[in-house]
This record gives sequence, C-alpha cells and structure tokens, in this order.
Amino acid sequence: MTGHPTRAAEFIALPQRAAWHDQSLWFVRAKRDKAAKAIPEWESLRDAAAAIKAHTVANLADYLEEFERNAKKLGAVVHWARDAAEHNAIVLKILSDHNVKRVVKSKSMLTEECHLNPHLEAAGIEVVDTDLGERIVQLANERPSHIVLPCIHKKKEEIGELFHEHLGTDAGASDPQYLTEAARGHLRDRFLKADAGLTGVNFAIAETGGFVVCTNEGNADLGVSLPPIHIACMGIEKLIPKASDLGVFLRLLARSATGQAITTYSSHFHGPRAGCELHIVLVDNGRSTVLGQDDFRRSLNCIRCGACMNTCPVYRRSGGHSYNATVPGPIGSILEPARDPAKHASLPHACSLCGSCSDVCPVKINIHEQLLIWRRELVKKGLLPLTKRWAMSIGSAVFQRPWLYKMAGGMGRLALKLLPRFLVYSRLNPWGKQRELPTPPKQSFRDQYKARHGK
Amino acid sequence: MASSRDAILATVRAAKVPQAARPEPFRTGIRYADPLKQFGESLAAVGGKMIVAPNAESARAQLLENPLLVPGKKTCSLLPEIIAPTFSLDDVADPHDVEDVWLAVLPGEFAVAENAAVWFLGRRLKHRVVPFITQHLVLVVPRDQVVNNMHEAYDRLKFGTVEFGVFLSGPSKTADIEQSLVIGAHGARSPSGVMLG
Repeated sequence: MTGHPTRAAEFIALPQRAAWHDQSLWFVRAKRDKAAKAIPEWESLRDAAAAIKAHTVANLADYLEEFERNAKKLGAVVHWARDAAEHNAIVLKILSDHNVKRVVKSKSMLTEECHLNPHLEAAGIEVVDTDLGERIVQLANERPSHIVLPCIHKKKEEIGELFHEHLGTDAGASDPQYLTEAARGHLRDRFLKADAGLTGVNFAIAETGGFVVCTNEGNADLGVSLPPIHIACMGIEKLIPKASDLGVFLRLLARSATGQAITTYSSHFHGPRAGCELHIVLVDNGRSTVLGQDDFRRSLNCIRCGACMNTCPVYRRSGGHSYNATVPGPIGSILEPARDPAKHASLPHACSLCGSCSDVCPVKINIHEQLLIWRRELVKKGLLPLTKRWAMSIGSAVFQRPWLYKMAGGMGRLALKLLPRFLVYSRLNPWGKQRELPTPPKQSFRDQYKARHGK
Repeated sequence: MASSRDAILATVRAAKVPQAARPEPFRTGIRYADPLKQFGESLAAVGGKMIVAPNAESARAQLLENPLLVPGKKTCSLLPEIIAPTFSLDDVADPHDVEDVWLAVLPGEFAVAENAAVWFLGRRLKHRVVPFITQHLVLVVPRDQVVNNMHEAYDRLKFGTVEFGVFLSGPSKTADIEQSLVIGAHGARSPSGVMLG
C-alpha cells in the first residue's frame, strides 16, 4: 500500500500547484486569525467549548437517551447504527420504503465515512451532492480533499472543463461567477425533482431533541424544505447538552473554519414539517471505542471546522488527497488510524509536530500530542515502515555508544566535504530533496568544548 | 439479541470516562456601544445591506431604490404595508410551486450585532422553503430588537415544540471555486435587513 509520502510526491510533482494550494489555505488561516482577534473573549470561548465537550462525553449515554426521548416527542424517528454498514442499510430502507428514486444531500462527513453514496447508487437511487464543492468532486469522481473546502485542490480551469462536459457550460469558460451560476441552475432542477433530502448534523441538543445544520450556500435548507422526507445522519459525538451551548459553538465554528462570524444559514430543526417525516440516524462506527481510550478521547471533541488543515504545513503542501482518508489533515491523522491502523499507518508521521493545529483548534484538542502517541502505538502494533525501523535501530545503536557517535559525526563531516554533489543529493538521501544541506563545521561540538575548557 | 441502541449505549457506558463537571453558562460575550450600527456593519461585511426606516413608507421607498426589487415580479410578502404580495402563500398547496418567487419580504424576530444574523421562524410561513428559494430576500426586524452576541440570542430562544428556526446572515454564498467569493450559490442573492421603527 502506498503511504502519505508517495501520494504527496504525486501532488507536488507540479510545483506551482503545491505553492498555490499552500497560499490558498494560508489565506483562509489568516482570515481565521483576524476573526478570532476581533473577539476579546476568544480564548475563554475555546476553554468553554472544551469543557462542555469533556462534560458531554463523560455523560454521553445519558445525553443520547435524553436526545432520543426529546426528538421522539417532537415526532422524529430515531435510528441507531453500530457501524457504517448498518447506517447505510437503515438509510436505504427508509428510502426504499417510500419508493424514493432521487436524493439530494448536503455536506455530511459521516456519510462520506460510511460510503453511503455508492451503497444507494447500487440500489438504483440517484444521489446528488448539493454543496458546490462536493458536487464538483462528485462529478470528477473524486473524494473531497478538505472537509470544509471539498475542491480546494482544483483549479478553476479544471472545474470549467468538468462543467463543460457535464453541465454544458461554454468550452474554456472558467469564471467562478459564471460556473457557480451554471451549478445553481443545474442543482435547482435536482432540488425540485428530489424525493428526499439528506443532511449531516453539526450539533444535536439533548435538552430539546433538535439539531443544527450550518451551511453558507443554503443547500441543506433547500434540500429538506421541498420533499416530504428529511434524513439527518450524525455521529454520536455531535451531542451537546443545552441549546445555550450553541452560543459557544456557533461563535467558534465559522470563525475557525473560514473567518466568517457565522455561517450564512444556521438552521435549527425540531421535529418534522407538517405532514412530512424526519429521521435521525445515530451512528457509532468506532466512536465508542475511542471514548474508552484516555489518550485519544479528546479527538471526539472535533466540530469539523478544518482549521487544523488550513494551518498545517504538511497538509498545505501535500494536498488532502495524499491522506487517502475521509477526514484528511492533522485531525484526520488521528481519527483515521483509530478506524484502520494498518491502512492509515503513514498518517501520524505526516506531521512536523509543530503544534500549530493544537493552537488553532477551537475545542482545544491536543492534536500534535495525540499524533506523537499514535506513532508509539504504531510501533507497538508493528506498523512502522521498514525504512523508519532501520533508521531508528541504527540511531539507537549509535546514540548508545559514545565512541560510535563520535566516529559517525566525523565521517558525516568528512563525507559532506568530500563527496560530489550528485552523490549527496541522490535518491538515497531524502533530506537533500529541495534543500541544501548545511556546511559542515570544521570542528565537532565535542572538540570545541575540549579546546575551550583546555582538557 | 441486543438492539443496536442498547449495544451502543452499553459500550458508551463501559468506556468509564472520567467525570467532568458541566461548566457555568458562558456569559461574557462581546458588547457594542451601538448594536444597531454594528449590525449594519456586520451585514455589509457579508454582502447584505441594512436599511433603517422610521415607518413602512420610508422602508418601501428605500427598498425600491434597489433596481432588482422591481414591483410586479412574483412576490411573497408578510408585510403588505411595505411591499404588497402578488399571491397568497396560503393558497399554494405544494411548496414546489413557489420555485419562481422573485422577492420575499418576511419578518425577522430579532437581529444579532456581532454576526449580522437574523432569527427567522418557519411557522410564520405555510411553506418554510420561501426564504431559501426566493431570488431576493428582505427581512424586517423592529429596530429595538438587536442583541449584542449569540449568548444573548440564545437567552431569548425557547425550544421544546415542533419548530423550525434559522439564523440568516447575509446572502447565500460559496467560495468553492478557487476561493473566489460568489454571491447567490443556491438561495437569496441579495438580502436586505430593514430595521423598522
């Protein structure tokens, strides 16, 4: 299986793309900083959010029961799914029972995680992702490369080509205004023809039995306000105890995600529309296991704002697809190995441990610390790549023997001085890629120390 | 066989997460010397426009300065004294039939200064799709109904019955194509906030 470095190498094969991707995301990070600084109480908001989440996960079973009770009282049907397969089966059954042929869906990372679309499509149901970015990657037969900005990896010219092929826009047209207008027309038609609307959930409120969905485009609201069936899919960690907690989370979410003070639409659903059905699917899919892990429990605090991706020096330069995961970037590098350590073994290493992710996280997840712990876990599970294992055992042998360390240092200095460039900057030395190695000092630290203290 | 519900709840309970007290409600939200002015600035920042009008007549005159809001196009209005409706929503059986609404003039319950959000209640309308499907949206809020921040906003909200409510902040937008901001992704292309009174 190819790991993150191989896929990242594919992404940066076009050097302009890596630089452009890096700058686009840094622009979003800068907007986040500006929005955060405009709020004097920003840091105490983060503390409050982390405390609410810690309290909620400590009492999650009670809050889930409270939520179910109140949601049912309002007329919603509540379903429980242990894993992705059960989730997909539940959604398909609801749709089949109502003879649904066309579904419109707003952004939901959970349904991505469960691979719902192919499951429904195999049953002959048309699923249209209605978030513009998600529609673009759906037409391109790709997966989102970012949880908030699904097609941040695509140039407008590529989107123009895609729309020309699928939506009949003018060949060569790449103006974002023109392309968005074309998508608006195309998707409006799908909204009007849909038999059911599917959404994710940003926050579910135990106290009221309602839930909140946030979008900028208004696609969730259009999608569920026309057809008679609304299905909302959520991970069990989306619970918050009280409606007043939303004040804390809605103030943090959009500012952290894109630097907006709030998303354009923050919709509060309590019960179905008159004469319609509302189904809520509560999904575990490994979350309860993470709940029992002291080292990783806090990763369940995540509100999917994407701030850790926008700030991550590795993500910005390697692109979301290099993670080969539903949730890429720093938080994904914790969540994904929890689900499948062997498949995602390279992700906790796609990190310089700079800690910037933890600094911007609105719910104060210790992301970089968890990534370090994951590396240890991978060693224990025997999932460290061979190259790293060799390097580590050589390193360990050298550091345990002062004489060997001294000799190796001397050889290194000599080699850097004498070896020709083509040997130093060869395939055997990844540290020589895209950077100059330092000029070796004439004397080692040890020699300098000896000379100064005249021993 | 245990149901999935019971199995999930049992695993969650078995996780034995250390207890953490519920924090005190957050009460220290930002406050503004002039919340109305701040609301106007927040709305302008997200691509909307605030109109302050002492009465319906003035509101109408100021709205009609916008060439997009030409009277006569299909209009859904709950505030006929500002702009008259061209049809009665109550006579429409199927929400799909409001697809071609050009302008909606609807009452907002209150506005939030920090983020230009206006709280709108679905029960005001027979078909709640109207504010999302219309091409242009005007929300009318009494000018003394502006709170500073979201904490004050939730202090005013009571949930517990079947209800749909939404905070609307500015026009529908997307920046999914190369981070270029485009107004009018799916929903209203131009929302105005009329602060009345």
